Amino acid sequence: MEKKKLSLIAFSGDYDKLTAVFTLATGAAAVGYEVNIFFTFWGLDAIKQKRGRAFIGSNWLTKLFGFMMGGLSVTPNSRFNFLGIGPKIFRYLMRKNNVATLEELVEAAGALGVNMYACEMAMHVLGIKKSDFIHEVQDVLGVATFLNISEGGQTLFI
Amino acid sequence: MTHTLDITKEHCPMTFVKTKLKLAQIAEGDILEVLLAEGEPLENVPRSATEQGFNVLSIEHVEGTTHKVTIQK
Repeated sequence: MEKKKLSLIAFSGDYDKLTAVFTLATGAAAVGYEVNIFFTFWGLDAIKQKRGRAFIGSNWLTKLFGFMMGGLSVTPNSRFNFLGIGPKIFRYLMRKNNVATLEELVEAAGALGVNMYACEMAMHVLGIKKSDFIHEVQDVLGVATFLNISEGGQTLFI
Repeated sequence: MTHTLDITKEHCPMTFVKTKLKLAQIAEGDILEVLLAEGEPLENVPRSATEQGFNVLSIEHVEGTTHKVTIQK
């Protein structure tokens, strides 16, 4: 039997939406699915090596953008962000209730062999290099390759 | 060899994640006893283990809402 497949397009850089991406990815991988995540635009924040704010970019404008976007630890909530306090409250509530935080889910995704890909075009626009990402990001892709990889499975855009 | 894993306090998706990672660690032929809560983990951990080609030897009620699923790799 062919392996079941789930492909996710991680467009959002919001803490809560990325939590949904990594919850689905790790859950599916753990029950035997092949899982692919294609990170694009704001979603690229989730896979940066530098999880705080850093001047990542190819010129002053993209570096400023990179600093404002930040990495995984400074991703904002889509609602109830309260100037960055919202995600901290969520992390607290999740730990208190023994639910995995976003950082733990990202680590689990790596351990489970979830395939992570970065969008070539968005990287070019934002001046981000493959070496700026965590080593789990195996390749830099375009639409055609992603469609090829995700063919025959379920695909979600988050 | 028999290994044990307690996921009674875990929630989705870590119930599956921890079981899968533990099954990946142990040797072929080894036994894994998973303690889990009823509901989603009890319904789906044995099912997904079977689907992935592992052998679910038994499912026993331990106490309260806790069950023990014995899986052979």
